[in-house]
Amino acid sequence: MEKMKVLAEWTYVPANPFRGYTGKTLKVNVGDKTFQSKDVSEEMKEKFTGGRGFGLKLLWDSVKDTTRWDDPENEIVISGGPLCGVTQYPGMGKFYAVFVSPLTDQTYDSNAGGHFGPLLKFAGFDAIEVQGKAEKDVIVLVDADEKKVQILESPFEDVNAYTVTEALHEYFGKPGDINDRRFVSVVTAGKGAETSYWGCLNSSFWDSHRKLPRLKQAGRGGGGTILRDKKIAALVVKTHDLTGTANNPADLDTLTRLGAKLHKEILTLDSQQCRMRTAGTSHLNEIMNEYHLLPTMNYKFGQHLDADKIHSTVYEKMFTQGIADGCWYGCTMACAKAVDGFTLKTGPWEGRKITVDGPEYETAAGMGPNVGVFDPVWTTEVNFYADHYGLDTISLGTGIAFVCECFELGLINKEHTNGLDLRFGNKADILELLHRLGEGKDEFALMVGKGIHRMKDLFADHFGADRDVMERIGMEGQGIEVSEYVPKESIAQWGGYFLTLKGPQHDEAWLIFMDRVNKQLPTFEDKAEALHYFPNFRTWFSLTGVCKLPWNDIEPADNATSYPPQEAAKVPEHVQNYVEVFNAVTGKNIDKEELVLQSERVYNFQRVFQLRLGKGTRKYHNIPDRALGPVWADEWEAREEYYDNELKATGIDPAGLSSQEKCDRLLKKRREQWEELVSAVYKRRGWDKNGIPTVKKLKSLGMDLPEVVATVEKYARPEDQW
Amino acid sequence: MKNTPGRRTSGKSRIMIVVNGEPMEWEEGMTVRDIIDGKRYVFPLLAVWVDHVPVPRDRFDDATVPDGSNIQIIHMISGG
Repeated sequence: MEKMKVLAEWTYVPANPFRGYTGKTLKVNVGDKTFQSKDVSEEMKEKFTGGRGFGLKLLWDSVKDTTRWDDPENEIVISGGPLCGVTQYPGMGKFYAVFVSPLTDQTYDSNAGGHFGPLLKFAGFDAIEVQGKAEKDVIVLVDADEKKVQILESPFEDVNAYTVTEALHEYFGKPGDINDRRFVSVVTAGKGAETSYWGCLNSSFWDSHRKLPRLKQAGRGGGGTILRDKKIAALVVKTHDLTGTANNPADLDTLTRLGAKLHKEILTLDSQQCRMRTAGTSHLNEIMNEYHLLPTMNYKFGQHLDADKIHSTVYEKMFTQGIADGCWYGCTMACAKAVDGFTLKTGPWEGRKITVDGPEYETAAGMGPNVGVFDPVWTTEVNFYADHYGLDTISLGTGIAFVCECFELGLINKEHTNGLDLRFGNKADILELLHRLGEGKDEFALMVGKGIHRMKDLFADHFGADRDVMERIGMEGQGIEVSEYVPKESIAQWGGYFLTLKGPQHDEAWLIFMDRVNKQLPTFEDKAEALHYFPNFRTWFSLTGVCKLPWNDIEPADNATSYPPQEAAKVPEHVQNYVEVFNAVTGKNIDKEELVLQSERVYNFQRVFQLRLGKGTRKYHNIPDRALGPVWADEWEAREEYYDNELKATGIDPAGLSSQEKCDRLLKKRREQWEELVSAVYKRRGWDKNGIPTVKKLKSLGMDLPEVVATVEKYARPEDQW
Repeated sequence: MKNTPGRRTSGKSRIMIVVNGEPMEWEEGMTVRDIIDGKRYVFPLLAVWVDHVPVPRDRFDDATVPDGSNIQIIHMISGG
């Protein structure tokens, strides 16, 4: 590749991380080609901790109340958090990207593994804000070795992820030394992200065993769409200041001791527990099927006879075994599985032999049973191209599942789809739709890429499709597609998905087992308590740069015998580990209550941020019928005895009713239960009846910042007080 | 005799245990593993309490369940 032209440059002295923080953030405006470094105050650390917290704080300071995703002042803020880059304890290489989303028109946060988060910090910055819009494609480079930040003219005609990532690892690595490419990490999107709202951010890491770059995705929310809207082909960070102690932790011995304990636990127990080291998250495939939770044909069903074909043992055989598959150093959980030597059968790279990252569970389920396909080889090809084009595989799966059901119901037809037969299970035409999404030219594909929320309007306006039917079956909330678990049988999970800050993603709370199988949450108050604790506990991972998986996808051998059931579900020993790891890195002295408080501060701040952007009230916590229960008779009849009992439990005798009448009666009851749940959760979270955090709540958290209180006071109504 | 909600004490004498709040028929020599298999609980991270006493995972195959007992089988996953 020829030398890239420098469009703008700024020199700096990289700050060394001390106790998890560098104390500096970087702002790059690709529109006016300016650079700025800001100090991180102690108050900022206290109130926002790091990661997503820093992202939200910096974004708040940079946008207006009216900012939408494609306004130049919108930003992508990427921040790892104080624990990001720790190598002693597994799962500590995550970054969190924050932005105003094209799908939801409010803030979104999305995380990825890979090396970008840690390398950014070791290059001197706790966060990078990217703002403005370039005139033509650029690359933003943070080069700690040369002590420069540059905006470079992009040489790429093909902006798809693997093309750009491979070239940039080579370009910025030392010539003739392939191993030097590990000091580089790249964030890209792809061509599909330019025209779709499903654009993901691909974060790379150099796989020293395979001698190639791998990609992990901050898939959700449309971050990649914003990257391409800003005409950024890639963000690159480069530093050789990469050691196992680069965070300069306060207490390395404690950190090492805690890490060694968890390493041993993983190495000893994983093969008997979740098999993350060999199957990755695909171990969930057959489990979700067995419990009627595997989304099948747009969430109509939770189980299918062909599910054996996507059993994790099938994926396990496809994944290369015996390679340390951590997406950051020191992660013995090693769940970043890959399929090597895969020959593509279609698309622009047809015939090429490549390595595919994944498929992980969400992709295996979404671009699998949810679109009526039970073929892991097909799903693997889809996975590659989705990453390459920069498309979120979760929204893709749920979105295309919606399209397939619309097609089967006759709401759209081949004339509308430009010749594609989009019935469930039609692999060739569904894959062709993906390629059209990647190319960004086909009119129908352009509509699909806008997401279910907008598809409902577009299909109604352009094709006369029945809007009411689409509202009932479209699995989205707040504008974004539901991730890949069937929620309809768990009242608590209605909240886990649809009472979230940003829409139905499962990173706040996954309560289906606790609620439906374990029967640990019998009352609305119990469910509300879980919908308070788990979102706030799990938010903490996003503040600190930590992966959720080593928390509860592995557990100590004596976890269940050491604690009562309600406590054991929290994996108390691992929670305590996080408390001690945080203290060992930062030198602070928090306990498990303070840990949750750190989260609660940011959680409530983000809720007010949504309010500031015109969302964040009760009417935006919407839920489609399909998430509440069976919509059509065939769904009922697939589990007739079960649903008849559900109906009886509400006091309605199913005798003499048709299956469709039973569906309608049950849904009516469940919608009443939904409203009851919403009120119980708001009350527990310290929000008013309209879902707005009260000033009293903000004060109790120390988040009564003047601009935050002013926002609440602008929207809060006296009639909404409890 | 334990007074548990699942136990039938009159009529045709089927003895019941309670598993996660639901009645289940009991058989002589029934083990924790039998209940897990009967319920088709395939998730690997299960924790079991029989009458509030935890049963270690390596005892599931041979730990027998007394008649009339109250059993909690907890799926440990708390997040997807």
